[in-house]
Amino acid sequence: MLGLSVLSLALAGSLVAAPAALAHFITPKSGGSPNANQIASLYKIILYIAAVVFVLVEGALFYSILKFRAKKGAVAAQIHGNTRLEIGWTMGAALILVVITVVTFVKLPSIINAPNSDPNGFLSATLNQPTPPNGNKLTICVQGRQYIWRYVYGNGCVNGTFAARLPYSFQEMVVPTNTTVVLAIQSNDVVHSWWVPSLGGKVDAVPGYTTYTWFKIPHPGLFHGQCAELCGRSHAAMTALVRAVPPGQYSAWLIQQKAAIDDANTQVTQLRQTLTSENQL
Amino acid sequence: MSVIAPPERTLRPVPQLTAHEVTAPRQTKRWIDWVTTTDHKKIGIMYLVLTFVFFMLGGVEALLMRVQLSVPDNTLLSGQHYNQLLTMHGTTMVFLFVVPVMAGFGNYFVPLMIGARDMAFPRLNAMSFWLLLFGGIVFYATLFYQPPEAGWWSYPPLSSIQFSPSGGQDAWIFLIHLTGISSLLGAINFYVTIVNMRAPGMTWGRLPLFVWAILVYAVLLIIALPPVAAAVTMLLTDRHFGTHFFDPTDHGSPVLWQHLFWFFGHPEVYIMVLPGFGIISEVIPVYSRKPIFGYKAIAASTAVIAFLATLVWAHHMFASPIPIVVMGFFMLSSFLIGIPTGVKIFNWIATLWRGSIVTSAALYFAVGFIAIFVIGGITGIFLATFPVDWQLNDTYFVVAHFHYTIIGGAVFPVFAGLYYWFPKITGRMLNEKLGKASFWVMFIGFNMTFFVQHALGLSGMPRRIYTYAPGLGWSAYNMISTIGSFILGLGVLLTVANVVRNYKHGKLAGPDPWKGNTLEWFTTSPPPANNFDTIPRVRSVEPMRDIRRQVERQTGMTQKTGGSEQFARARSS
Repeated sequence: MLGLSVLSLALAGSLVAAPAALAHFITPKSGGSPNANQIASLYKIILYIAAVVFVLVEGALFYSILKFRAKKGAVAAQIHGNTRLEIGWTMGAALILVVITVVTFVKLPSIINAPNSDPNGFLSATLNQPTPPNGNKLTICVQGRQYIWRYVYGNGCVNGTFAARLPYSFQEMVVPTNTTVVLAIQSNDVVHSWWVPSLGGKVDAVPGYTTYTWFKIPHPGLFHGQCAELCGRSHAAMTALVRAVPPGQYSAWLIQQKAAIDDANTQVTQLRQTLTSENQL
Repeated sequence: MSVIAPPERTLRPVPQLTAHEVTAPRQTKRWIDWVTTTDHKKIGIMYLVLTFVFFMLGGVEALLMRVQLSVPDNTLLSGQHYNQLLTMHGTTMVFLFVVPVMAGFGNYFVPLMIGARDMAFPRLNAMSFWLLLFGGIVFYATLFYQPPEAGWWSYPPLSSIQFSPSGGQDAWIFLIHLTGISSLLGAINFYVTIVNMRAPGMTWGRLPLFVWAILVYAVLLIIALPPVAAAVTMLLTDRHFGTHFFDPTDHGSPVLWQHLFWFFGHPEVYIMVLPGFGIISEVIPVYSRKPIFGYKAIAASTAVIAFLATLVWAHHMFASPIPIVVMGFFMLSSFLIGIPTGVKIFNWIATLWRGSIVTSAALYFAVGFIAIFVIGGITGIFLATFPVDWQLNDTYFVVAHFHYTIIGGAVFPVFAGLYYWFPKITGRMLNEKLGKASFWVMFIGFNMTFFVQHALGLSGMPRRIYTYAPGLGWSAYNMISTIGSFILGLGVLLTVANVVRNYKHGKLAGPDPWKGNTLEWFTTSPPPANNFDTIPRVRSVEPMRDIRRQVERQTGMTQKTGGSEQFARARSS
């Protein structure tokens, strides 16, 4: 039994003691976007409550099995119950859950509501939800397909009228910093799930539905993510990369990407014409 | 020594039973006996053996997946084979192991504990077993062509004919139907048996807690199975007969499947753990030499958990397109389940408190269960908080969570039940030392495998990926987890060895080796075909304890193990 208690202490220790070195492994990833930060702080509040509950319950368990083992002459107390005690711990459990509920709903707005873009951000306006108070945001359409993410940049990507002419990229998404970026997430085939841990929670890409999330990245950086819903044999290969760059650099990248796509289209058109004229197509 | 004058009604616990056992001359071969049997005990044994075979298969599938994930960029398994293994592992453990193993214990012990001579519908009972076997065969036959690879949750469109054209997916649907009918018939049988065939005096307030758990398990099965049967039938017609229930390109909705599946899937979790809770509620008082603390609270919390279990399904879908207010509802309903579950845990600990605890192998598994299940319960609160779930859902955190609840809540109790009831089933004792060794190896292996998976999920590793790149901070944890999984497997094998060895050669147990509280200990080990010659009148929730006291009063002797090991019936073989 000693081993059991040592092990439990070790488990409790790893839950309670939260050295900075282990921060990534006892809390969700954060730091990329306010919503991810708020989720992590909500998680931490629950973690502290959980640690106390864990220590108390496991402590009572191990105390009783160590203390009350059969000994010569020991007689078990014939207790059938204690109504006041039982009502007490039922209320106690309920109270803890009320606290967690209140904290969750207090935190919720900061997780789901998109904030304003900073004045120096990359500004534009669309009608898609979620919308920051002043309406200024950048919309990017995220399309899941077996086994790659495709991103269409700019307003109107959801409605599709001009979507075909908007710049797009695969796997790596380039976004401006200090800007509220709203993602409109769709799927072309099976259910996928958009998830970049440092930029907030996951959102399923379900065919037939459009789902939304947002992030706002304060500093330039690179964020890894990966499809989180089994989508077939190469599910593991469906990764995502978000590269945050200053707004000016983003505008330049957009123009360059557009030019590269137009250039490639022109080349393909020419190739098609050549092949058609030579009767090879 | 003063002997009190014997009361008018005399109770002679065992001698009468041995006198009345009738052994008809064998006219058929032994295996025909087993195939044609309608005896609840034989059916129970067949359930236990068959489900343990599936447990081993599911375990091997898990170990293969763990080996694949032990190092980054591993090429041992392809994505296809990995997906097939994860589908088979999940399906096997849920439909072919945990749910039916509880039916196995239920079959063997419900009639004995309520003082009945068999189940209400013995032939229906046999049919339940054979349907389970056929379900398993249909499913495992896919190994010879192409196993399903859309997961045990089989979300369309991935499970639709376009993306999963193989017949393996149809075999999966067939398995759900066969095991579903098997469980449904079994559930009706349990319900009717428990409601109608209790011993005289066994009121609802004196029903053993394991029987309460099986009663609620039966009701939950009856509620949860029809929706999933409907859902898989709709999937079948989508796949082959041109309907579009789940087809987004033709006004169908993949989210509809998710609702139907999880409306079944979450009650299924409690179908798996409630009988485990029942086993624990029997084991802990016997080895603490104390009455269960708060009998009514434990029985009521079982019913409350079952009620709430039908109201929490969408907490599996917090990343799916559903409105925030709906998520709020499902968060609160999921929180509520924590209260009756907490009540049970407190009551078990209070039962141990001030007891005189006999540290048997069964008690080790029971206490280990509480230690593990507390962690699974706590992580459940994180996952029920939907904004937090957006980060944790579909990661290894969830994998860790539900293995803590299912291995904690079902597998450890099954092992506790095995060590507790093996003497009754076979008439022989398991080796206690080997049992305790098995416990420690399993306990350490289990925590090593799954505790680090919390960290994996928090550091961003999604579930169901067959490989991962190096340098993401996941490699060390995966290696620890894989090593742990083999330790866990070794611990399971120690118990298998214990069973195989002591099935024929163990120490004779006698009718009541543990000083049990319930009526199964009132008959010989193993019990004769008709269970009891005389069915005693039940006066409390611990009838066997009352009988033992009465014997002590009448004979003036303290019985070492409830008396009468001298009447132990040697195995008839």
